[in-house]
Amino acid sequence: MSLIIKIKNLTKDFPIGGRTFTALKNINFEVGTGEFAGFVGPSGSGKTTLLNIIGSLDMPTRGEAVVLGQSVGGLSSIEASRLRSRHLGFIFQTYNLLPVYTAFENVEFPLLLLKMPVTQRKKAVMEALEWVGLEDRSGSRPIQMSGGECQRVAIARAMVKKPEIVLADEPTANLDAKNSHHILKTMQNLNAELKTTFLFATHDEKVIHYLERKIHLMDGQIESDEMVIR
Amino acid sequence: MIWKLAWQNLKGAGLRTWLNVLVLSFSFVVIVWHKGFLEGWNRQARTDTIQWELGAGQLWHQEYDPYDPYKLRESMAPMTSQMLEAQNKGQITPILITQAVVYPEGRMQNVFLKGIDPNQSILNIPTQLLIPPDQPDPGIWDFVDGSIPALVGTRMASNLKIKQGDTFTVRWRDSLGTFDANEIVIVGLFKTSVPTVDVGQIWIPLNYLRSMMSVADQATLMVVKQGTSLPKVDQPWVLKDHDALLAELDQIIKQKSIGGLVLYGLLLALALLALFDTQVLSVFRRQREIGTMMALGMARREVIKLFTLEGTLTAILAACLAALYGTPLLGWQAINGISMPEMSDGYGLAIADAIYPAFSLGLILTSSLIVILAATIVSYLPAHKIATMNPTDAIRGKLQ
Repeated sequence: MSLIIKIKNLTKDFPIGGRTFTALKNINFEVGTGEFAGFVGPSGSGKTTLLNIIGSLDMPTRGEAVVLGQSVGGLSSIEASRLRSRHLGFIFQTYNLLPVYTAFENVEFPLLLLKMPVTQRKKAVMEALEWVGLEDRSGSRPIQMSGGECQRVAIARAMVKKPEIVLADEPTANLDAKNSHHILKTMQNLNAELKTTFLFATHDEKVIHYLERKIHLMDGQIESDEMVIR
Repeated sequence: MIWKLAWQNLKGAGLRTWLNVLVLSFSFVVIVWHKGFLEGWNRQARTDTIQWELGAGQLWHQEYDPYDPYKLRESMAPMTSQMLEAQNKGQITPILITQAVVYPEGRMQNVFLKGIDPNQSILNIPTQLLIPPDQPDPGIWDFVDGSIPALVGTRMASNLKIKQGDTFTVRWRDSLGTFDANEIVIVGLFKTSVPTVDVGQIWIPLNYLRSMMSVADQATLMVVKQGTSLPKVDQPWVLKDHDALLAELDQIIKQKSIGGLVLYGLLLALALLALFDTQVLSVFRRQREIGTMMALGMARREVIKLFTLEGTLTAILAACLAALYGTPLLGWQAINGISMPEMSDGYGLAIADAIYPAFSLGLILTSSLIVILAATIVSYLPAHKIATMNPTDAIRGKLQ
């Protein structure tokens, strides 16, 4: 298992009013290819901030976050966009589907950014919708779908380009137990099938149950890093 | 890719898009209509002025100044033999001008008496009405005996409160400054869109005026027939081509165009404000969408491009919609013309009863380009705001 993420002495400060709030304090860990891991902790523990930095949406204040061999802190805006479009997939708590697009068009969006030829693109989109069992809802808009279906579309969108890493921020927070398990099972299968690394930020027991590695965060610091033997 | 996304976003926005498109298309049509109206007016004014007054150009006595009636007696000279020959060939027609006073129904009014060859065919003025018919009908020409047959435009007739057949006294000074007087008989009226051959003027046969002034073969100016090349002339004559003679008209049209700019500037501003407002709202309302796009790998400049393009596409759609309802509407006006009110006579330049707007391809393309460019600029401004947006704040909808 090769190293895919390396976090070293990472600190993140946010200016709030005239003061500085430290969201992450001296974080260190590594993630290998194909892991199904998650940052676990209560609200405000720094899970989402850490996920955002790994996803190059935010920059570290001090320390280093190396993702796929690239130091996030040193990336320009264009380089960060390129890293996200080629190698990273995102799943959000509120799905964040583009509201005017159909399920097909939402899943197609990352491939449009990659300028993939149309035939290849259509095939990839349908394949991704099949993974999540929504091939018959390709023409539906987000408003016409249930929360579970929307999140499955979001998973298909994150997976369609077969990224090395998928970052999922509270993916089941808005879903009932049945849909949550369905979605987690889908992600587990994709992890096993495509060897994609999944990183979650969650405090949901349903998600925690599925994780193979749990990195517990408390007040911006790693409290424990636990591997689950199944 | 950006085109596809912009088109999808516009389609998806539904009513919001179509309202913007409708408002912008209205601006398109009004701007093109107004420009076409001015262009049509310009063309009609130039054509009518050339046909009624200027011909291919004019030869002026060097002292002649249409705005200085006191110099008129010094502004005439005998025509050269070449000029007389050209007149005989119908290539030029001389006009003699003097100041006079008329007394219709006892009222006194200063006028310009203009002598013109009744047989001329260079100008549209119906001077043949000044020629006694072979068998004069017993009405008007019965009065002419010993009097001066005269022709006036309808504006002048209205100003003097006279009609065809009326007679009144005219008093003038001959070339030596001696006062003389006679009766004038109005043998005909003419209607023209060119006020400068009508207002304040009475047209009489050239030989009458020459006789009244005691000047033989003299003229104040000569009008050259259209299609004839302008002759070279020596002092005291100076050549006035269309550039010189139409300069005033061009200036007036230019002033009207500048006035028009204010109108369609306001219209465009209103339409663009609606578009700008929509785009600004979009940036705030769609910030989560924008943040998601950035998270999925869309570069900041591509997001700016996308939003700017949405504005441009709105303008292009507006142009298409404007073409859809504007083409039959403006086409109908171009064929049937726009009726002008009577009061427009006082506008100071040639206005026909109906103006036929002229819509050239250049005019339509230029107007379209201006609107599309303006729409692109106002769309770029709010889109540029995105450049400063932090994707994580945008995803959370935290931007203020």
